[in-house]
Formats: sequence, C-alpha cells, structure tokens
Amino acid sequence: MADVNRGNRPLSPHLTIYRPQWTSVTSILTRITGNAILVSGILIVWWLLSAATSEAAFNRANWVLTSWLGDLVMLLSVWGLWYHFLAGLRHLYWDTGRGLDLPTAEKLAYGCVGGSVVLTLLTIVIV
Amino acid sequence: MGYITDRKRAAGLGSAKAGTEHHWAMTVTSVALAVLTPLFLLSFGSILGASYEAVQTHYAHPYHALVAALFLGVGCIHFKNGVRVLIEDYVHGLAREAAIIAMTCVSYALFAVALFALARLAL
Repeated sequence: MADVNRGNRPLSPHLTIYRPQWTSVTSILTRITGNAILVSGILIVWWLLSAATSEAAFNRANWVLTSWLGDLVMLLSVWGLWYHFLAGLRHLYWDTGRGLDLPTAEKLAYGCVGGSVVLTLLTIVIV
Repeated sequence: MGYITDRKRAAGLGSAKAGTEHHWAMTVTSVALAVLTPLFLLSFGSILGASYEAVQTHYAHPYHALVAALFLGVGCIHFKNGVRVLIEDYVHGLAREAAIIAMTCVSYALFAVALFALARLAL
C-alpha cells in the first residue's frame, strides 16, 4: 500500500523561504541570462536576414539595433552572454567533481559576477 | 524496500532512465560555444553599426560567415535543450508539452533563418 500517504507527505520548503546567497543568486542568473539571450538572438538573426534582403530592409533593422534602445539591449546582451559564458565554464568545472565545497563555490560566484563585468567593459573597449 | 508507488511500478516509471544524452549534449555544445562566443563577439561587434555595403563585404568573407553560422547554429541547439529544462521545472501538464514543442520549433526556425541569411550574404 504505497499510496496510503498520498497528498500528506512532508514537503521541503521552496525558494521563497531561503535567504538569497551568492551561490543561489548566481545559479538563478545563469538560467535568466541563458533564456533571455533569445531576444538578442532573434534581433541579430533579423538584422542578418534584412542585410541579405535589401538595403531598405537593412536600414530599418540597423536603425533598431543601433538606436538607444537597441544599444541598451545589445549592452545587456553582451553582459548576459559573458555571464552565461563564465557560469557555463563553472558548470564544466563542477562536472569534473571539483570546486563543490562552499568556500570555492562562493569564490566561483564572485568570479562569475566580477568577471562578466570586466569582460563586458573589455568588449566595449575593443569593439 | 522500494519507495515507488504501485501505479509507477506497473507503468514501468521511476528513475528517468534517460537524460544522460541531454546532459552530454549540453556539455558538448557548451564547450563549442566557449570557443565560438569570443570569436562571434569580435566578428559581429566589429561590423554592427557599419554601412550596408560594409556588411555585405564582411559576410562575403568565409571566416565571418562561418563563425556566425557556427555560433548561431550551435547556440540555437544549446538554447533548445536549455529552455526545455526551464519549461520542465516551471510548467506542468499539457502546457508543458505544448511549450516544449513550441520552443523547439522556435529554436529550429531561428537556426534555419540564420543559416539562410548567412548563405545569401556569403554566396
């Protein structure tokens, strides 16, 4: 009779009950940046398609991507991409079984946030 | 002692049995993207904001066309697998299947449009 206790099992507390920590926040940010990048992906593919269509179409897409709003979206995308890039490298490192203790995990979290800001600034300087 | 319910035992459910392939696909695409991301940012960043003619010349070069095709192509597959996990965590019931199918179609559509546009620009 495995189903006797159905619906009355103890549940572990969900996200809202925990104090935000570097490790949890950087994990959630990985998911947010990874999925939000779809917006920039669609914009860039639209820009490429318009460049392959006609000069008028290109001017329209190019105007959107280089407007102040487009600049803001691209800036956030560059940061999001670099953040997701570093968080992905962190996952690959964790997948080898290394760096899973709390002090190292917290250092890696600082590295993802700090590193993504540094890489974003570098990108702005270079391109 | 087994913790599995009678219904799950009858239906052959329980531990997922699959999913290793999904994780491995994410690992492979993430390693590829770790190389492609800096290359694409340099390539795309250097041409965004340039004139129509300059963009045509830029993507007529095999290097820039291939870097963009690989980054956007592998990126779409990585996105398809990643967004699936997001949906599986937060969406339930029939809406879950509908959302996974919809986002899979969006991912492949974006992949196809990107390759089509780059092929037209490059050839």
